[in-house]
Amino acid sequence: MFETLKIRKNQGAQAIPDITKAEIRKPFRGLPYLDGSRCGRCEICREICPVGAISLKPLAIDLGKCIFCGDCQRLCPKGAVSFTNFFKMASTSRDYLVVDGRKTGEEYLENAVNARREITRMFGSSLKLRQVSAAGCNGCEWELNASGNPNFDMGRFGIDIVASPRHADGILITGPISENMAPALEDAYMSTPDPKVVILAGTCAISGGVFEGSPALNREFLKNHPVDLYIPGCPVHPLTVVNGLIRFLGR
Amino acid sequence: MKWINTKNNRPVRIKDIPEMAMEDLRAQIIKTCRDGARVISFFGMPRGPRTAVYAVLADDEASRLYLASALVENGRRYPSITPEVPQFHIFERELYEDTGIMPEGHPWLKGVRFGHERANRESTMERYPFFTMQGEEVHEVAVGPIHAGVIEPGHFRFMCQGEDVHHLEIQLGYQHRGVEALMVKNFRRSGIHLAESIAGDTVIGHACAYAGAIESLTGVEISRRAQSIRAIALEMERAAIHIGDLGAIANDVAYLLGNAVFGVTRTLVINTLLALTGSRFGRGLVREGGVAFDFTPELIKEFIEKLAKVYHDVNLMGEAMFEMASVLARLDHTGAVDPAAARDMGLVGPAGRASGVDLDVRADHPFGIYRFYPVHKRTMGSGDVFARAYMRYIEIKQSIDFILEQLDSLADDRPLLQKAGKPAPDSFAVSMTEGWRGEIVHCAITGRKNEIVKYKIKDPSFQNWYGLAYAVRNNGISDFPLCNKSFNLSYCGNDL
Repeated sequence: MFETLKIRKNQGAQAIPDITKAEIRKPFRGLPYLDGSRCGRCEICREICPVGAISLKPLAIDLGKCIFCGDCQRLCPKGAVSFTNFFKMASTSRDYLVVDGRKTGEEYLENAVNARREITRMFGSSLKLRQVSAAGCNGCEWELNASGNPNFDMGRFGIDIVASPRHADGILITGPISENMAPALEDAYMSTPDPKVVILAGTCAISGGVFEGSPALNREFLKNHPVDLYIPGCPVHPLTVVNGLIRFLGR
Repeated sequence: MKWINTKNNRPVRIKDIPEMAMEDLRAQIIKTCRDGARVISFFGMPRGPRTAVYAVLADDEASRLYLASALVENGRRYPSITPEVPQFHIFERELYEDTGIMPEGHPWLKGVRFGHERANRESTMERYPFFTMQGEEVHEVAVGPIHAGVIEPGHFRFMCQGEDVHHLEIQLGYQHRGVEALMVKNFRRSGIHLAESIAGDTVIGHACAYAGAIESLTGVEISRRAQSIRAIALEMERAAIHIGDLGAIANDVAYLLGNAVFGVTRTLVINTLLALTGSRFGRGLVREGGVAFDFTPELIKEFIEKLAKVYHDVNLMGEAMFEMASVLARLDHTGAVDPAAARDMGLVGPAGRASGVDLDVRADHPFGIYRFYPVHKRTMGSGDVFARAYMRYIEIKQSIDFILEQLDSLADDRPLLQKAGKPAPDSFAVSMTEGWRGEIVHCAITGRKNEIVKYKIKDPSFQNWYGLAYAVRNNGISDFPLCNKSFNLSYCGNDL
């Protein structure tokens, strides 16, 4: 018992007290900043981007495609591309994820999440999700598990991942959705009682990421069912997840 | 000698690889494996109307790799190697699924991943031919593809007598994304990014294997400093996952203190990796020709401080956990794999080492900085959940010691990142890395125009999944989660 107490004392309190004010240290790559005045129109960034997330006229990055590898920042000869450590990138709108790179974090956040009244009224104080990894590489899965650990502790907001879709208020998808996993994903969705939400976590779920265009994928599910929240990242950072969810719930 | 002799990261020219009839290749394989070699890669590649089958064997004592090939008419059959050399079982299943070349007499010739480009599209997951069992008190339990926790999908079919598992059949393939085909198609644009996503928990391991293959084909020797930084990241990855897994094992035996403490200790390790790379998983660090991020003197100091704390916390928690009777009662003698079976199945990595299989690529086929700073192989003998957990505990400390040694002797040479040129044409490169799960093997074949024409990936999970199925035999079904966590295998590493 004394051994246990010693370990408890050594650990102290580990939970982040106010998760909305937490910061991720640099050089974490979050919301990109694009300096159009520095851009030399060489197009190197567009050519080297492994996922085609960058368009040039006008200069823009799609956070739903970006894998935050940082290669464009490193290879831009003019230093026009940089990633800030702002991580609250979740949005209820797919189009909103295409950023011109001129917004500050606070400006981006202002209109990123539309906390709809029917969502906040129904799920505001408790949201139970069934997670479906549909060919997720285990990066986002580790980070979703971490979102519930003693540091990030999303359970304190009434947000939990539950074992059965029957107990869930929605589906939380990771991965680019393989052809082999598509039927099981559809089953899980159909087994979740209405009303329900669909949340996409990570670049692969949102756009296919580096696997976009592979014939081994089947992304029909996303054509047939509306998506309520997009959480960018490769993988998603637990702080992006937890902050995105609590804003979505109007908390 | 019917083999060409090479080493890790030393490419050979395709025309120098001995080519023989399939029956002769089979005979050579059986003979060489009986002499102590072991298979690390075995696959087919279309050549005109025929298929070139390549075999890569490893002689771990001598740090040598042996290559040979056979040109086989499509639709041909040959007598299976598996009855003679059981470790071939999963490789032959894969060869059959991918090419349609049938190893006759293979004891369980079933699909491996139901890949998009499989030879027989009629073979589907819905029609998977599970073993069945009949008799009194016999029942089956089907789990997955979606599991209760946040983990990757796979299907487990338990055949039970009462509470005891008689046999477990593991059916995978749900995670198939077509990585190998994308590697060939998008090699220039996103090869390294794909490598980082083969298994998202082994970013550095697979990225190092990929970079090793490409650099050996382009003839680039990266700087000592870049080699050290890669190895530091690889050991950070190993320590982080092992710590996380000890927490998960603690959780599965309802030792919640262990789960919480190892959980937050892992956070400290990966947040420290973020300080160097900008990613908690080290994404963006390893690039063809070196590494993209460097240590500053302040960062070295911070790493040393943080890792000292990690070592202290892991030690305190580990000593308490591995002495607690209620924990040991669940770990001891659970899910045991005896050394002979482990060798027969070809287990690798910590799961193999826990059963006395003394394989470690860092020592047997050293790459990068490990050529100058050898790692001492550690093994255990009991092969149970305790051994696989304790093996992790040993390796966490070993990794931290290794990192501290590297930080202390970081070379000052440059450049950190060189431009990699074109890969040599018509060549075959084998690149091996010891990821935290064990031996990762990447084989890259180039064509006449310096392009990649075939990319073959072997994650350690490919061999070790069968080890898990074997481990749970005659164990209570309620101990399955514990056995599973002690292996913690990759679904997408298998499904690709």
